[in-house]
Amino acid sequence: MYRIVRKKPLNATVTQMEIEAPLVAKKAKPGQFIILRVDEDGERIPLTVAGTNPEEGTVKIIFQIVGGTTEKLNHKQEGEYLQDFAGPLGVATHTDGIKKVCIVGGGVGCAIAMPVAQEFHRLGAAVTSIIGFRSKDIVILEDEFKACSDRLFVMTDDGSYARQGNVTVPLKEMLEAGETFDMIITIGPLIMMKFVTLAAKPFNIPVTVSMNPIMIDGTGMCGGCRLTLNQDGKRVTKFACVDGPDFNGYEVDFDEAMSRNRMYMDFEKHAYEKACNLLAKGEN
Amino acid sequence: METLKALGVDVETNVIIGKTLTIDELFEMGYEAVFIGSGAGLPRFMNIPGEAYKGVYSANEFLTRSNLMKAYREDPDTPIMKGGKVAVVGGGNVAMDAARTALRLGAEKVYIIYRRSMEELPARAEEVEHAKEEGIEFHLLCNPTEILGYNNPDDPRDPKNGFVTGIRAVRMELGEPDESGRRRPVVIEGSEFEMDVDAVIMAIGTSPNPLIKSTTKGLEVTKWGGIIVNEDGLTSREGVYAGGDAVTGAATVISAMGAGKVAAKGIDEYLSSK
Ligand SMILES: Cc1cc2nc3c(=O)[nH]c(=O)nc-3n(C[C@H](O)[C@H](O)[C@H](O)COP(=O)(O)OP(=O)(O)OC[C@H]3O[C@@H](n4cnc5c(N)ncnc54)[C@H](O)[C@@H]3O)c2cc1C
Ligand SMILES: Cc1cc2nc3c(=O)[nH]c(=O)nc-3n(C[C@H](O)[C@H](O)[C@H](O)COP(=O)(O)OP(=O)(O)OC[C@H]3O[C@@H](n4cnc5c(N)ncnc54)[C@H](O)[C@@H]3O)c2cc1C
Ligand code: FES
Repeated sequence: MYRIVRKKPLNATVTQMEIEAPLVAKKAKPGQFIILRVDEDGERIPLTVAGTNPEEGTVKIIFQIVGGTTEKLNHKQEGEYLQDFAGPLGVATHTDGIKKVCIVGGGVGCAIAMPVAQEFHRLGAAVTSIIGFRSKDIVILEDEFKACSDRLFVMTDDGSYARQGNVTVPLKEMLEAGETFDMIITIGPLIMMKFVTLAAKPFNIPVTVSMNPIMIDGTGMCGGCRLTLNQDGKRVTKFACVDGPDFNGYEVDFDEAMSRNRMYMDFEKHAYEKACNLLAKGEN
Repeated sequence: METLKALGVDVETNVIIGKTLTIDELFEMGYEAVFIGSGAGLPRFMNIPGEAYKGVYSANEFLTRSNLMKAYREDPDTPIMKGGKVAVVGGGNVAMDAARTALRLGAEKVYIIYRRSMEELPARAEEVEHAKEEGIEFHLLCNPTEILGYNNPDDPRDPKNGFVTGIRAVRMELGEPDESGRRRPVVIEGSEFEMDVDAVIMAIGTSPNPLIKSTTKGLEVTKWGGIIVNEDGLTSREGVYAGGDAVTGAATVISAMGAGKVAAKGIDEYLSSK
């Protein structure tokens, strides 16, 4: 069992938790993730390691409440326990040889992008960050990004905070003005990562995308997380949990990935309502 | 499990060797011998077009969702596709398990698609008998060439887009025996046909997970990834023993238990001689 040491809401639907998991805290690198189960009967869900404190033996996770399991997780309080917490899984983000990087995060993807930005900053690379949100009330981690970025652009879709527009707007402006990067790393909704990749293409800048398919075991045993890469005219199947989650944006078949992520849409809606009903009952 | 714990065995869950800890770290922590019994869990796919459609599962994923994650329940947390017509590709015990599980989850029709004949079918005879009794249809000497899916060109938001609608296959006949001694299936020209199905479960075999091998220096494996051991279960690394599917490839519970006993004896002799 894994104790919740600290819990803090970042906005109405995003929560940060620090979990006691000393072995994971010792090993995890930016870009890796864990798989947890809230309780014995729970679904297994992957969440990125948002930070570690090896001395204290804790691992930070930041999650958005989007469905049944994240709703259940958010109902757990400090001092309570999670059933399972396994990791670190996946391949850490490659940082070798990258001196100038642009990190593009969208929504809760910013939580996944943050430790990557911090790592590049720690390694002495020049970090430009672009973080985008739907509106003002869901902006998260702005201070954290400020602290680890040489340049930061905050965007909202509706213009209710900072600059209006999506994340590709400042990216395109920079690229058109002649800026270059050794790497653009983008983490967020699939559609956003697809458009960031398209925006970078005319300028020939490498793009790394962080894929988030539905996962089960996270160790290569089920194939549920598979996605297709187009490599030299060939279609190649990869397992995101062991070969990723980072992939070359130019190779990923985004349309297929988007379709696969919607596989259980009806089921998920029902599970969410069920969790809300159950948890609401518990509170009365 | 309870018996083992009563004997004084400590069980640590959520430790993935190769990720959470490595074999070398186990030695650093003071363990003097290690036994690897990590099975042969990596699923194979056919690498035919359409395997990414929604509704195509590896048997591992399908059985894990259903069994370990309790999707068989009335109102589970874990989703799975239920009902409709299900094709299971493969002829082993795993294929029989998947087919019978699909039936219990409410499939209206379950087909087994196997590329050789009943004679070569590797599943145990009782399994096959039970499957037949339960109404599972066997399509023997058939091999899938493509999985078909729904795509509405006029509406990219059509919720049915990307789901499996069928399977395209060819008929086979048996030719000369291959290296396994079984007669090799050969495609019959022009025998292509289609079947309507809503889900496809691939049960065409598994191989050992490379995770432990790739994180343990000096651990030798075969071409297909099986850990190499001597007659005492000892690997190429001192103090590291292995057995079961991780060594033999997908086999049986009985052979895995046997390998465990052999290695236990080997480890006992090794530790007593130290
Ligand atoms: C490698 C990886 C890292 C991730 N890191 C984070 C993170 O740091 N913070 C965060 O908020 N989210 C992260 N996610 C997404 C997170 O796992 C899902 O939001 C969560 O599983 C939703 O579960 P649910 O039951 O609450 O919602 P559901 O109602 O079940 O699903 C809502 C959405 O989540 C997706 N989803 C459902 N089940 C899974 C699953 N088992 N695995 C992956 N996606 C699923 C679905 O496609 C759906 O779009 C990550 C996903 C992956 C693959
Ligand atoms: C669906 C199905 C039906 C079957 N039916 C039959 C049957 O009817 N009769 C029969 O005799 N046999 C049957 N078998 C085969 C039998 O289950 C296996 O031969 C047997 O379980 C092998 O035992 P094992 O201990 O080698 O591996 P497993 O039982 O596979 O155990 C391996 C364990 O190691 C864990 N593991 C893997 N990698 C790591 C890692 N890096 N770190 C930590 N843990 C790890 C896995 O999670 C797993 O728990 C069937 C198999 C399947 C899949
Ligand atoms: S999550 Fe099962 S293989 Fe990747």
